[in-house]
Amino acid sequence: MQRLGNVGLYRRRRFVNSLVLIGSLGTTLFGLFWLGWLLWTLLGEGLQYLNLSIFYQATPPPGSNGGLGNAILGSIVLTVVGVLIGAPAGVLAGTYLSEFARESRAASVIRFVNDILLSAPSIILGVFVYEVVVIHMGHFSGFAGSLALALIALPIVVRTTEDMLRLVPNAVREAAAALGAPQWKVTIAIVFRAARSGILTGVLLAVARISGETAPLLFTALNNQFWSHSLNEPIANLPVVIFQFAMSPYEDWQHLAWAGAVLITLTILLINILVRLFLKTPKSRY
Amino acid sequence: MTCDLYSNFTSAMEYGATGHLANQDTRMKTEETLENATNTSIQRGVFLDKLFYHGTRIFAWVVLTVIVAILVSLFLGATPALRKFGLGFLVSTAWNPVTEDFGAFVSIYGTLVTSAIAMLVGVPVSFGIALFITELCPVFLKRPIGIAIELLAAIPSIIYGMWGLFVFAPLFGDYIQPWVSDNLGNVPLVGALFSGPPLGIGVLTAGIILAIMVIPFMSAVMRDMFEVVPPLLKESAYGIGATTWEVVRHVVLPYTKIGVVGGIMLGLGRALGETMAVTFVIGNANRIHASLFMPGNTISSSLANQFTEAVGEMYTSSLIALGLILFLITFVVLAAAKLLLFRIAGREGRRG
Repeated sequence: MQRLGNVGLYRRRRFVNSLVLIGSLGTTLFGLFWLGWLLWTLLGEGLQYLNLSIFYQATPPPGSNGGLGNAILGSIVLTVVGVLIGAPAGVLAGTYLSEFARESRAASVIRFVNDILLSAPSIILGVFVYEVVVIHMGHFSGFAGSLALALIALPIVVRTTEDMLRLVPNAVREAAAALGAPQWKVTIAIVFRAARSGILTGVLLAVARISGETAPLLFTALNNQFWSHSLNEPIANLPVVIFQFAMSPYEDWQHLAWAGAVLITLTILLINILVRLFLKTPKSRY
Repeated sequence: MTCDLYSNFTSAMEYGATGHLANQDTRMKTEETLENATNTSIQRGVFLDKLFYHGTRIFAWVVLTVIVAILVSLFLGATPALRKFGLGFLVSTAWNPVTEDFGAFVSIYGTLVTSAIAMLVGVPVSFGIALFITELCPVFLKRPIGIAIELLAAIPSIIYGMWGLFVFAPLFGDYIQPWVSDNLGNVPLVGALFSGPPLGIGVLTAGIILAIMVIPFMSAVMRDMFEVVPPLLKESAYGIGATTWEVVRHVVLPYTKIGVVGGIMLGLGRALGETMAVTFVIGNANRIHASLFMPGNTISSSLANQFTEAVGEMYTSSLIALGLILFLITFVVLAAAKLLLFRIAGREGRRG
């Protein structure tokens, strides 16, 4: 009697266990399923509209032929300028946290705020830049767009730089200091060199992140139907063009939006995969 | 700098060695040059060290300044609206640009409901994925599956939006919504949530897409948490005959619960502020419906749709006030998440 009861309990425990494990397998497949479905439709819808003229013709008015050339160029310019502003600032701030402030109170406050900035809604950054830059300049501009993107890149670079610098063993710093090198030299010539690939990872992940950002550009860089000649005027960019074209009722615009979506997604996925395969990635990004 | 020192030194040595009359005088001179060189280079080193220290410090404080500046500028921008509508802004459902009568309630409601749906779908799925990767997955598949799930987070939100609008919403409206309506529509209480025309787009669709977008963030945190559970604890439980689920339920979860809640809050923070994907599929209607099938609005989608078109001070100011509310909500949620995660990291001896 007792023995039978135990067998029943054992069976039930085994049953619950396999139910949970099958469920966990199911959720993983569920997650992978969306990725697969998304990429599948993206390639299926988008690849057919990709052709060479996409890259050198400007965005057309509805009903005529055109490409995405100005938007692609604009996106590259905005991303590059944004990273050029955000990455050096982020590397220096991360250096301060890792090399000087360490466990001080100021460092933990800055770290805390940085992590909040990392997950803060990007549209808020757009509103912020609109208020401080666009209103005072009196018009939308590529510069404002780059600034908004820089603010998104900044916390990513700060976080990865600090994490990667902290992985450099203290013995290396001490060895350099013992040879008489001042701390700036220890940091730049020894610590940075040791953490080179990690810092590069942070910068590349920031590039991947900001090149697809739409929300902060809506009120800053706006859009431009033509080729832009300066950062001081509204500038066309891929995400906003995709948004505008996809929401429009014109089929040829929607086709261009799909083509743009494929371009942007493949670029970002490529950066992400290459970074993960060839560089040292930070363990956690939350 | 060390190079300078070295060359000074060697030239002084040569001078001393080659000079036939290497008397007291020259030797003193040599020492003087050496001392001078050392002094200036030390001074330069100290100066550069200070420069480097303060240079990096300034940029670290920039991070803090940015957050404060965002808060201040949003508050200043929102002042006209807050002065006119007062606290009533939070509970008013009005949104009329013509009469300049604005209220935030519909947008706040939409933001909270879509995020709640995202959490209901996303939390169990994230937990399952974290469980699979840490406990079940063969080692050679761990990395590929981990990367694939992370890639879900890398895809830009606008792509989710576009895909949601053109691919997911039509299928959802044609097949899933009618089925849910037929089966749940007549159940008391719950039925009202799933009634109405199957439009495809709407609050429910937005919530589901949000769930997919925040799954990678939550499952990454949970996975990292599960991985730091000391193997000794788990093996002890296995040793007395516990099944995998019992080990997770009675050892892993109690050990990591603070971190898991922190991860969920982090996902919630992301879901609350997500903009483009929601803007595409929520339908942008400033109305509150009992049914989740109907179009709605969130704070971020209102901003994305209306900000550039807003005319007049009050309209813009009301939108900025919406932004301020969103920023405050996400700030509180993310701060709570960070505090929880700090606590569990403290136990590990170092910040995670």
